[in-house]
Amino acid sequence: VFVWQPRGRRLICLGAVSSVAERTMLFPPTQRLREPSRVVVTGAGVITALGAGWAVNAEGFRTGRIGIGPVTLFDVSRQRVKVAGQVAIPELPDTRLTTAERRRMDRAGRLLLAAGIEAWTGSGWYPTDDVPLVLGTTSGGMGLGEAYFRQAMERPFSGRSQPTRISQYMPQSQALDLARALGFRGPVTLIANACASGANAVGHAFELVRSGRAERALAGGYDALSQLVFAGFDSLQALSPTTCRPFDAGRDGLALGEGAAVVALETLESAVRRGAPILGEIVGYGAATDVHHLTQPHPQGEAAVRTMSAACRQAGLGPEVIGYVNAHGTGTSLNDASEAAAIMRWAGARAAGLPVSSTKAGIGHLLGAAGAVEVVVCLMALGGGWLPPQRDLGAADAACGFPLVREPVASDMEFALTNSFGFGGANASLVLRRWR
Amino acid sequence: MNRVFVNGLGAVSPAGWGVGAFWEALIRGEPLPAQDVVRPGWTWPLSIRRVPAPVQRPNFAGHARLRRASAISQFALGAGIEALGSAPRSAEFRLGVVFCVMAGSVVYSRRFFEEVLRDPATASPVLFPETVYNAPASHLSAFLGSTAWNYTLVGDAGVFLQGVGLAAEWLGRGELDGCLVVGAEEADWLPADAFRRFDRRLPLAEGAGAVFVSGQSQGAMAELTGIASPRIFFNRRTRIAAARAVWSELTVGPGAWICSGWAGDSQHDAAEGVISGGAARLATKRVLGEGLGASGAWQCLGACAAVARRRAETAAVLTIGLNEQVVGATFRAVDSSP
Repeated sequence: VFVWQPRGRRLICLGAVSSVAERTMLFPPTQRLREPSRVVVTGAGVITALGAGWAVNAEGFRTGRIGIGPVTLFDVSRQRVKVAGQVAIPELPDTRLTTAERRRMDRAGRLLLAAGIEAWTGSGWYPTDDVPLVLGTTSGGMGLGEAYFRQAMERPFSGRSQPTRISQYMPQSQALDLARALGFRGPVTLIANACASGANAVGHAFELVRSGRAERALAGGYDALSQLVFAGFDSLQALSPTTCRPFDAGRDGLALGEGAAVVALETLESAVRRGAPILGEIVGYGAATDVHHLTQPHPQGEAAVRTMSAACRQAGLGPEVIGYVNAHGTGTSLNDASEAAAIMRWAGARAAGLPVSSTKAGIGHLLGAAGAVEVVVCLMALGGGWLPPQRDLGAADAACGFPLVREPVASDMEFALTNSFGFGGANASLVLRRWR
Repeated sequence: MNRVFVNGLGAVSPAGWGVGAFWEALIRGEPLPAQDVVRPGWTWPLSIRRVPAPVQRPNFAGHARLRRASAISQFALGAGIEALGSAPRSAEFRLGVVFCVMAGSVVYSRRFFEEVLRDPATASPVLFPETVYNAPASHLSAFLGSTAWNYTLVGDAGVFLQGVGLAAEWLGRGELDGCLVVGAEEADWLPADAFRRFDRRLPLAEGAGAVFVSGQSQGAMAELTGIASPRIFFNRRTRIAAARAVWSELTVGPGAWICSGWAGDSQHDAAEGVISGGAARLATKRVLGEGLGASGAWQCLGACAAVARRRAETAAVLTIGLNEQVVGATFRAVDSSP
């Protein structure tokens, strides 16, 4: 359907009408496969404090570059910590959004759009109305919510820009903006499982494609720095006043970051039929809930062990073939100790030779985006044949009976596992495979 | 597993705590009274349909996790535990949780951000964790001792049926033995002021609704027979088109009761015009108000309660969200299934 969009004065494509009637029911599913489909990644987009796009991020993660710097987005003069992985958002390419619509987008929406455009373009997909969009976020357009509140308190009788802030701060607005920008339609699922949101979103999309509910799906995570969240982590004294050093014996907290990552998932059959370039394969997903405490993980990582085991079980693999673990590794004392214990229990004898690192050391903790970004890091590492190092690491925590990747190193691994463990006990793991 | 049954319902609403009070108010069909709330620096009152205090202190209130929990968590627990009823809670029973929300913990978020603006160095670390979208879901799993799958979904009112669909998917994959789906919201002057800018006639409401679903037909209240794939919209015109498309995908017989989001006096009612047929219509928003994420739950509860109480053999829900999607579902009485 081509429609005239008056404000933008552009002819845009909203998808094919013929496919409207072919939508499957959410329940009962009308398409059930006898055998699960293999799910491959045919497009990926990423934006972090290391830069915008696959190439600059791949080089940054490969060399262990640090993107943490002073926060300039809001006043941090009264905060204990004053640094984060803040992104310099580049000018975004033209999409189906009008100039006015682009102007209304908040920072989180622009981060998502940057990653989404790159993933979409790389996949070579065309707009239809049957592409599910699954996104993870913890705070959506929180910056606009903050602006709304400030104005409501300071100028109660001024309604200027307030309706726009209300409608644009909600996560569904950023998701719909992405769909509209790229011209596709499909069910939108927004998962807010705190710091595991991005991994859950990729995992959920993986299940949609694997089970035959969708032939392809766009998935990812996004979050922007905001004053409320920054002050929140600072109030918990979870932010590092020095340098974020996950698994270091002397670690003293995390660094916050911002960014987004989006991946285009589709069945192997579809990708081969299209002749699409394949970046990697997702082979396993597991999730579980840690009910130990709202903000503290179980000391022995009970739920973490179960998610890693479940992801590997689905992949039909054991720890012995996993070539690298991209750890959740926030840099807080409790998280890293719990995760180290969990990796040791899950990996058993394999732990002694299993390389582990946390890429949060370089870009900070991206909260709802973290899991999706780390999926992309694993794809980069698998495809490029390297392991992402943590350059500023000192003596490792005694609980780490596995080698931490400290320097850039080549690897011919076939499988990588990524962990995401969130506030509230949301745990998720994904297993990815190199594509030959 | 191909069939999904609704084994329990729970409600916390402006009508009170419990499905009984919810159903009586819904059948009566009269709008519940709204309370005025004061907005700082604002002369005119804002209206909210609040949840009345429970007659008895809920049994979960003494749990360590819930001593400082926000109202939204308490509403979610109240509805969730009622829906779960006497369902098994052993370690072997894999109980999933899907928590559905639109605005989330706005009260603690406002309080925390007020403190941040005053002086971030002294902002309370007690408040911040409760502001996170999935805090109520985490409390639910912790209270129930469930370590199985737990997702928090965000969206407009349509998110609740998405949550029911997700639960059905998990059950179908054999990940769970049962799943609690809860939609909840809390309100104060801040969301009331925000909502007023889009609808000046319909009061904002707070509360929660929950369904417990499993593959067990024994003692079930209703059977889920279909959920149409959610359709997103971008404006009023595409909202109506989405509603029409979803309604056309649902199989709704002439004797079905329809639980819609019709408010009777709202500018958002236009899309409700796509609904045709059916024997009777329940209007949750007219009675309870705009419950955002809870609205979809209340619609679903109305339909399930209608078939559970034998007021109808089949019932349909059409949830037309405020700014994202339209979703619909159908239910039938359990012993009418072939």
